[in-house]
Amino acid sequence: MLEIKNLHASIDEKEILKGLNLSVKAGEVHAIMGPNGAGKSTLAAVVSGKEDYEVTEGSIELEGEDIGELGADERAHKGVFLSFQYPVEIPGVSVTNFMKTAINETRKARGLEDMPARDMLKKIKEKSELLEIDSKFLSRSLNEGFSGGEKKRNEIFQMAMLEPKVAILDETDSGLDIDALRIVANGVNKLKSNDNAVIVITHYQRLLEYIVPDYVHVLHDGKIVKSGTKELALELEEKGYDWIKAEL
Amino acid sequence: MELKEKLVSSFLAFESTVDVKNPLHDIRTKAIKDFEAFGFPTKKVEAWKYTSLNSVLKNDFALFPKSEVAIEYKDVKKYFIHDLDTYKIVFIDGVYSSHLSSTTHDKFDVCLMSSALTQNRFKAVIDVYFNKIAKQDGLVALNTAYSKEGAYVYLPKNTAGDKPIEIVHFSTGSEDAMLLQPRNLIVVEDNSEVTVIERHQSLSENKTFTNSVTEIYAGRNAHVDYYKIQNDTNSASLIDNTFTDQYDHSVASVHTFAFGGEITRNNLNFTQKGQGIDSILNGVTILEGKTHVDHNTLVEHTEPNCESHQDYKGIFDEKSTGVFNGKIVVDQIAQKTNAFQSNNNVLLSDKATVNSKPQLEIFADDVKCSHGCTIGQLDESALFYLKTRGIPEKEGKALLMYAFANNVLDSVKIPQLKTRINALIAEKLGVSIGFDL
Repeated sequence: MLEIKNLHASIDEKEILKGLNLSVKAGEVHAIMGPNGAGKSTLAAVVSGKEDYEVTEGSIELEGEDIGELGADERAHKGVFLSFQYPVEIPGVSVTNFMKTAINETRKARGLEDMPARDMLKKIKEKSELLEIDSKFLSRSLNEGFSGGEKKRNEIFQMAMLEPKVAILDETDSGLDIDALRIVANGVNKLKSNDNAVIVITHYQRLLEYIVPDYVHVLHDGKIVKSGTKELALELEEKGYDWIKAEL
Repeated sequence: MELKEKLVSSFLAFESTVDVKNPLHDIRTKAIKDFEAFGFPTKKVEAWKYTSLNSVLKNDFALFPKSEVAIEYKDVKKYFIHDLDTYKIVFIDGVYSSHLSSTTHDKFDVCLMSSALTQNRFKAVIDVYFNKIAKQDGLVALNTAYSKEGAYVYLPKNTAGDKPIEIVHFSTGSEDAMLLQPRNLIVVEDNSEVTVIERHQSLSENKTFTNSVTEIYAGRNAHVDYYKIQNDTNSASLIDNTFTDQYDHSVASVHTFAFGGEITRNNLNFTQKGQGIDSILNGVTILEGKTHVDHNTLVEHTEPNCESHQDYKGIFDEKSTGVFNGKIVVDQIAQKTNAFQSNNNVLLSDKATVNSKPQLEIFADDVKCSHGCTIGQLDESALFYLKTRGIPEKEGKALLMYAFANNVLDSVKIPQLKTRINALIAEKLGVSIGFDL
């Protein structure tokens, strides 16, 4: 589903990703772990199309199509979703209307008519219940004054609404208490299917107890240096990252 | 001949069109002398530092339209809030159009200034209010000297206007360049309320220069909402001089939506002459090209326990320029005044300019006054966030701009008007998303 080959990316002429390879198939959950500064968030930003980064080498393919030159909006239309580590506050735009705009713009790009208002409301209701989101919350300005947990739940709510093919969850567990973590993870698990894939970027093993990965990768200095199964995450939790650095 | 000389020398010709024996005419003859003394403002005057009228004044304006042009309603329907039942006072090249208008003398008066100034039954109101609220400077004096036509609205005590009033000025381009000087008087006596929507619209690319004066009286407990839609062509310039006197516990609001026109200057004055008054001045400015808008506000707090709220948002693209010059005066006696002012601007281009100048003159010691002004750019991280959700760049920018102005738009009380303004904004931003935030 998602094939990343020899990806090199830099910002302000500083190279962050230095030949990264990752192959994610439909139905899989991949975890990407690694120390601070390894390039985890850069990977998320580059795959989702942030223009501040320059891809100098390599390719990103979604279902066999090179998406490396597409804008972030076009990638979203093709099914890429990024759950932000720090969701942006947008005063003056309500969650509901933001979602309506996002869905209808995506439909427009796919050559579809606007979603009928009744279907939209039904979908919003269904997906907000999945994330245990109160209906009052949906009329508030997007992310403005939301707690850390509310912001992350709202991110996964958006994922549920947009039904992406590949969802990248960037540090979705940070700032969450255990209840919020359970709700978020439960939401992600319910959205998982044989037709989509999830990439979980995290520092800690904690989230992976709830969203169980098929593969765990260690990112270090812009490259994936070790891959394994979920047991690798436990080992990392126990021993830290130094032993991997020592192996290199 | 310079425009000023032309205006002074044409006054004789103008006099032949009005009743010079009416005692009111003394006001005009004094005003033309004042205009001769004051002239047009120049950039040397502090309040006009950022707005030059030179490019406008060099035109050879016709002062009196030579021919009457008829307009069909269907051709100008879009300039009205046509899905709303309103009274209408419509002018074509400064001349009243009875077939586009819808007036009343039933429980209150919505009619022509030319009637009010000449007919006996309006004399009592005219004597008390006409030219008593406006502060005199060159432009106001010029308008007063030529005052003859405009909108006259009078609500006696304890009267609520049953529907909004639209005042619409069309210019047809029947002259190469036309000077229009509408004079409006809105008198809302104690416990009465009214809503007015005003628009100036040029229907050609010929030059139009409008020097408008509006006097508003809001009596005790009166409520006045005034909306100005300034979305004219790039060949039309407007100087809007609006003066509001408010008495105890009245609420008056003026919303100014400045979306176009070559040069637009809003001189907006509020004088609070009682207690418990609220004055609301809101504006949204969205400009591109080489257009220029100058909001020059003055709120005078002359009695205790009053409030004023100013909120102006500006979005400037290409080479457009904006000015906000907001002055708040709190007299020594005006204790417990709450006066707030905010002016936020977004520049979308390196060549756009904003000059924002708050002025607070506070002589009382127990007041709450605040002002804040910001000039910034659209938040790139917010734009990226929107794009990752499938919202394209243009729509994303539009959404952010709309959100930026949303609290002002939200304060528009007439849903049909709000819808119309939202549509104007969407049209300006070149997007088709429905902004129902």
